[in-house]
Formats: sequence, structure tokens, C-alpha cells
Amino acid sequence: MNSRNPQLNENGALQHLLTTEGLPVSVLLHILDTAESFVGVTERDVKKIPLLRGKSIFNLFFEPSTRTRTTFEIAAKRLSADVINLNIAVSSESKGETLLDTVNNLSAMNADMFVVRHAQSGAAHLIAKHVRSDIRVINAGDGSHAHPTQALLDMFTIRRYKREFRNLRVAIIGDILHSRVARSQIHALTTLGVPEVRVIAPKTLLPKMVERLGVHVYHTMEKGLKDIDVLMMLRLQNERMTGANLPSFEEYFKYYGLTPEKLSLARRDAIVMHPGPMNRGVEIDSAVADGKQSVILPQVTFGIAVRMAVMSILAGNQT
Amino acid sequence: MRIHIKNGRVIDPKQGIDTVQDIFIAKGKIVSIGIAPNEFQASRIIDAQSLVVCPGLVDLSVRLREPGLEYKATLESEMAAAVAGGVTSFACPPDTDPPLDEPGLVEMLKHRARNLNQAHVYPVGALTQGLKGERLTEMAELFDAGCVVFGQPDGLLSNLRILMQAMHYASTFDFSVWLRPQEISLTHHGVAHDGEVATRLGLSTIPVCSETIAISNIILLMKETGVKVHLCRISSTEGLSMIRDAKQQGLPVTCDVTINHLHLSDMDIGFFDSNCHLMPPLRSFSDRDALRHGLLDGTIDAICSDHAPVDEDAKLLPFGQAEIGATGVELLLSLTLKWGLEMRLPLLKTLSKITCDSAQILGINGGNLSVGKAADICIFDPDDYWKVTSNSILSQGKNTPFLGMELPGKTKYTLVNGHIVYEKQN
Amino acid sequence: MQLPDAEELFQILAKKIRSAGIQNIALVGIHTGGVWLAQRLHQELDIQHPLGMLDVSFYRDDFDKRGLHAQVKPSEIPFDVEKSNILLVDDVLYTGRTIRAAINELFDYGRPGRISLAALIDRGGRQLPITPQYVGAKLKIPDNQMLELQRDDNDKLSLKIYDKTSNHE
Repeated sequence: MNSRNPQLNENGALQHLLTTEGLPVSVLLHILDTAESFVGVTERDVKKIPLLRGKSIFNLFFEPSTRTRTTFEIAAKRLSADVINLNIAVSSESKGETLLDTVNNLSAMNADMFVVRHAQSGAAHLIAKHVRSDIRVINAGDGSHAHPTQALLDMFTIRRYKREFRNLRVAIIGDILHSRVARSQIHALTTLGVPEVRVIAPKTLLPKMVERLGVHVYHTMEKGLKDIDVLMMLRLQNERMTGANLPSFEEYFKYYGLTPEKLSLARRDAIVMHPGPMNRGVEIDSAVADGKQSVILPQVTFGIAVRMAVMSILAGNQT
Repeated sequence: MRIHIKNGRVIDPKQGIDTVQDIFIAKGKIVSIGIAPNEFQASRIIDAQSLVVCPGLVDLSVRLREPGLEYKATLESEMAAAVAGGVTSFACPPDTDPPLDEPGLVEMLKHRARNLNQAHVYPVGALTQGLKGERLTEMAELFDAGCVVFGQPDGLLSNLRILMQAMHYASTFDFSVWLRPQEISLTHHGVAHDGEVATRLGLSTIPVCSETIAISNIILLMKETGVKVHLCRISSTEGLSMIRDAKQQGLPVTCDVTINHLHLSDMDIGFFDSNCHLMPPLRSFSDRDALRHGLLDGTIDAICSDHAPVDEDAKLLPFGQAEIGATGVELLLSLTLKWGLEMRLPLLKTLSKITCDSAQILGINGGNLSVGKAADICIFDPDDYWKVTSNSILSQGKNTPFLGMELPGKTKYTLVNGHIVYEKQN
Repeated sequence: MQLPDAEELFQILAKKIRSAGIQNIALVGIHTGGVWLAQRLHQELDIQHPLGMLDVSFYRDDFDKRGLHAQVKPSEIPFDVEKSNILLVDDVLYTGRTIRAAINELFDYGRPGRISLAALIDRGGRQLPITPQYVGAKLKIPDNQMLELQRDDNDKLSLKIYDKTSNHE
């Protein structure tokens, strides 16, 4: 029943990054601005700065994801931190060691920061609540709940290409129901003042009362993409067929897959984003993914700068 | 032992009594209310000045975790907790390990409970063997061993034909069947109410229709079989209105609500508070409101604690993996009083939901203060506000969403069969 | 205490650098005051190489205690550092830690041929073996006070002194 935002300390400074929900605009902008200066670092000869020298960052991946883990690892190494990768997907938990056992053991190894990926919503909150007060926690994706660094790098990308948030129409397309990325994007976009955020999906891929998050609901691409400046595609997972959310990939692609024809319904200067990894021919056509409106590769590059920013801001904030 | 309870405010909802008077107890029974019997020599006088003297509470669901799950709690710890909460009789669901599906297990439980000489334990027999929903249990044998009713606490059987047969068979002997209305195929792996909170937190959901479809099936099967049914743990507005209709049609159906659902909604999950991982899930604020009024208008017959002690490790997990349930037998009185205060009800009406009304559902001769009856009595201070902490709770389970809250009403004495089984130390 | 006029000091500093007659020099200013000075020197001395700017926030040794500034400005070195002749420009030289951080950062862009240092004021109090080649003036300032370069709307420079309220270099 404690209602204080567990991500912020008493002074309102960021202590952990668990979700984009409830973060003040100033904190979001501070992360984006700091990331701007890190983009410069990643373009130099020596892509490394000594900021987090001597710090130990543990990548705790209870759910396998080479891709996300790698971007966190690169970000940490560019900040000169020591990075320890642990794929605990099956090992510890199947031996009966609980999540908090694992975390406590690693804390005893003088960890400074945990980057956590877990299949259960709320796992990062749980860890943040129970770690030693000098340890920082970054949520790298928990269940269907949140993936804040992905959303922040998306915001960074949007700002790079569109400059201003306050005059945009943004559409998030695909499996909103199971997507932690979508939830974090929605909170970040509405906090940064985007006046119109839409979600486009069949009803089986939308959570109940999603409009309460401040979005407009559309069920067709034809209506939903009109006047859109930014298209944020979501990955569609294989399980959605067996779970009876959808009849087939083919039908999904036909009605919700992003093809050049559907993209032409949006504004001519609209940008196309995707958190990766992409299912070409399922949620997105290759012609769009590799087309001139796609900013999918820059997203990956900016992702490193944004994660460097989050890590250095957290490491610098006192308890 | 002869006990004289002096100057207490005696409240008996069954008889509609609410006056300051004395109660006299001898040989385990109430021998007089009001005037002392001739030559009554008390061996103990309890001064109940400014305290309420009411029937010992009857709780429709208290898990003792025996047999099989003693690491969560033991008979000793939970029986002590019950009497500390003023509870003198309670039903014990069959979801133990193994389930209460054999007469031997039931006899053992009754025997162990009797030896502790505290509250009366009424086991709910399993409706099907191993609660698997495949074969019927020996209900008549179980009844002889001490089961008073038969239930299936984990939701509706997936095979409705077997449920129908079980209901038919129970009605043969006029046994009540206790069912928690939940359609399993709709519950799936859900952990939270299908609403705004689950959407925000990304929790898998349990739609309201998992309850209403089950209620609908049960009502139709009641008509088919004529069995008496008690619906355990109602959570939704829609479910409530279906029960209201069934009652108006004259069907022999009753239902209860838990102390948690009476006061909390899915908003209380906050930042993934695993103490709010309950079954059925905490629903919306408007559902909570409907339950509070449904209790008032009599659609809901009783309040239960749905006491489920869980060891700390099993709650220190991400919300969806944390074990279901909350400790509660010690909160039953306080949270019932809180409901009554918030609804501005007289104590007489409030207390009926945890005394005579619940006793009637359980089919036991208790929950009232009649002369000649066993002296099962709860004496509490309605104005004593206490804070729920892991230290103030005797149960081995410290898991409750109410941790840290101040609640009204503290039990001072509990009597079972005329013996003082609990006395609050100052 | 009577502070010298910053504009006069700037002229003294510029004169010293000019009279040293170094060839093919590249200027790098340290945010924020050092950048203002470097911009003025860049014009005054008619430097060919584009102006460089450093924000040493990412290289500070007191990050653990102070965290990250709210506004970190991007570092920008628009010339090839390899074998270059760099003049580092800062406003107030004190402990030497900022200069240490700046030199470290420069090396992450390449291997300079030579680095020298210009400061408007040297207030002493060095904690590292760092010596400036060009100084506008030397001033003795008590440890509990801060000396800061300021710039008004007309780009006029001035000095300000005040008591330390928080831990500052």
C-alpha cells in the first residue's frame, strides 16, 4: 500500500529505472539530453569514457535475449564498467533458488547495478524493493509490464527526426496486449506531451480499458494510419497463434502487416520504427523495413547512448 | 468452571438482543442471561464493562494447512490465531495435501483439533477424490467422520457431468455443496482482474465472465438436481445480481464474501503487492461497492476470512508467481466491524454476518447466546484500534494486504465450551 | 577583495600567447568559461583550425560524490587530434583536476603532438603536477571561496567571487 514511486528517492532523483510510468518530464528529458552527449562518444575513435570505472554491472537475464543483453553490455563497457553476464534462464530457478536468493548472492559480490530481464511482470520492482540501498536496478523487460530503456531510445529517435513531441500523431501497431514495449512507449509519449497516441490491433491483441492509458483505439490500418507522423511497430510472437489470439500469420500480415501501400496512408514524412527483432513478412514488409522512411537501424545505435545515459545517471545519484 | 461475565453489552443477533447484562456459565453451558441462578458461585468473574459480549464468531473458511503443508502453518499456530480473533467455530476447506477425501484423514484432523481444546473445527469434505473432478468421494462415510458439507474449492469442475452427479449424490443425503464459482478455462493462467490495473501492470487476467458463467452453470445444475448450494467467495457485481435473481426464484442458494474483497479493489495491488494476489482476484472499485451493498441487502449471507497462511518465501516472488492467499482469521472481527462502521450499521446487524448467519450456512448449532447452549463466546472492545503488524498477528502467515493498517475491535476473551481459551495480555 | 578586470586580463593573456609565436595551433575550450575565452582567442589570434570544446563531466574523478550534471554539453573536437598542437583554455586554474580530465578526454580522440595550457587566472592550490604555459594573472583566493568567470548579454567578461556553499573543486 506504499504509494511512493519506487523509482525515485526522497529528492525526486532517479534511483532505479523500472518503468516510464509516473516519471516526471524533467527526468525523461534529462535522460534524453544526457544521451545526446553520449552519441558523440560513440562516434569517436576511442568509444570509451572512464565514468563508471571500477563499477560492477550484472546483466541478470532470466529470459534469454542476446540482443538486449548485448546493447546493455556495450553501453556498460563504453562507460568503463566491469560487466558480468548471467543467463539464469533455467539454471538457478530450476534448482529451487528463488529470484531474491540469486540477487542476494550477487549483491554479496559487490554489485553496483543490476540490469534485469525476467518473464514475470513486476520482477524488477521486486528486486528493487529488496536490494541493498546502494544498488541500482534497471528493468530490461519484465513480463508484459515494462521495457523502459527501449521506450526511451524510441523517444530519443523520435526527437532526433521530429524535433518536437507536442505536434505529433503516433501510432503503435500490433500485439499491445502482451507488449511491455508498448506500455512503456505509451507512458513516455503521453508524458512528453504527444497530443495523439493511437493503438492499432485486432481486439484479441488489446488489453481491456487500454484507452484509460490515454490512447485512441483503432482496429484497421486504413483508419488508424491517417495523418500519422510516427509508426511504432511491435513484434508478433509465435505463441499468439497457439493461444488463439490470431488465426494465422498470413491473415495478420494481410490486415495489420506494414506494407508500402499501408505506409502510404500515413504522412509522407512519417518514420517507421521497430524494437526488433523483426518478423519480416509478418508485421512488416521488407520493402518498408529497409525503405527510406525506416529508422530501425538508427534506433539500435541510439539505444547504446540511451542506455549509457541511464546507467550513468543512476550511478551518479546518491541514495 | 463457573464464570460470571459482568456488565458487558450483550449482543446476540439471533435473538435480537442488545443490552447491558450479565451472563452466567456453568459446566460449559450458558445457564442464565440477566439474573444469577440460585446459589451461583462464580469461580471466575470477567469484568466486561464497556466491552461487547457476543457469540463466538463462525468463519466459513480457515486453512489450517494440515495435513501436508505444515511449513506454512500448523494446527497449533492457526487454532491459536483463530481464538485470538474471537473465532470459536470454523469450516476448514479440503485443499490440504492430501485433500480431505478419506474418512481417516478427517478423523485425524478432528482428533488433533479436539486435543488442542480450542475452537471447533468443521472439515469441508472433498466433493471428488483428490479434488481432481473425476470420481466422487464417499460422502456419507465422510459425513460420519465429521464432514458437515462438501466442496470443491479450486473452481468449477471441467467436466459438468461429474459435477451434476456429485450434486445429485449429495442431495440424496441432503448435504450442502460448497462451490467456488470459477470457470477454469476462462481463468487460464490469469492472476488479476481484467481491468485498468492489469492493463497498466501487464498482468494476465481473469475476466468477470469466469465467475458469471460458473454461477450460471451451477444455478442450472441446482435446478436439475435440487441440491443446496453455498457459493464461496463472490467477487463481481454481475455475479451478485445473478445470485439475487436465483434467491428471488426461491432456489436454496447462499453465498459469502471475504474480508479482502469487502474492503479492497485491484487498485490496492499498487506496485505489485503480492499480498493482494488472491483468488478470486480483487476486482474493480465498483465491484467492491456492490459487494458491500449486497451484504447489506442480504444477497450475500456471510463474511469469511478465507484465511490462507503463506510462508514468506512464497510471497517474495513476482506477483504472478507468488502464492495465492492472505492470512485473515484474526482480522475477521475487525474488518467486519469496519464494514459496519462505514455502512453506519448497528452492531447487532453487523455481527450477524459472522455469527448466526454463517452458523446457519455451515448447518451448526452455534453462533448465538441461548440459555442451555454451549458457551462459545467472544468478548471484544469495539473502541480498541490496533495496528496490523507481523508481531500483532499470531498466525504463522503474516501475509495480508492490511499490514500496517489500524483496525477497530480487539478480542479480549474467547470462551469455547465455557473455558477461557484466549485472554488478551496487556 | 578587489578583483581584476576580466577584459584586461583577457588582453594580457592573448598578448602572451601571440608573442610566443607558436605555429599551427588548435584551440580547445573547457565548458563553460573556457569555451567563451577560446572563442574570443580564436578570433583575436586568427586561428585556422576550427574551435574545439570539451565538457569533462564524463571524465571527472568526483562523479561518485556529485553525480552527473543536469546539463552535460556534448564535447566537440572538429579537427584531427592525431599529432596536433593543442592549446587547452580554461578560465580559473585551481586544483588541476579539471585539466587532468580534459587531457584524458583529448587522448580518447587521438594522440596529440603537444598540449599546452592557458588560463585567465591561476589561483594556486594545485593538487596535481600541472603548470600553465600562459596565465592572465595569479591571484591568492582563500579555499572557502569560489572564483567564477561570467559573461553578460554583450559578451563582456567579468569575475565574481562568492563563498562556497557546496563542495566544489
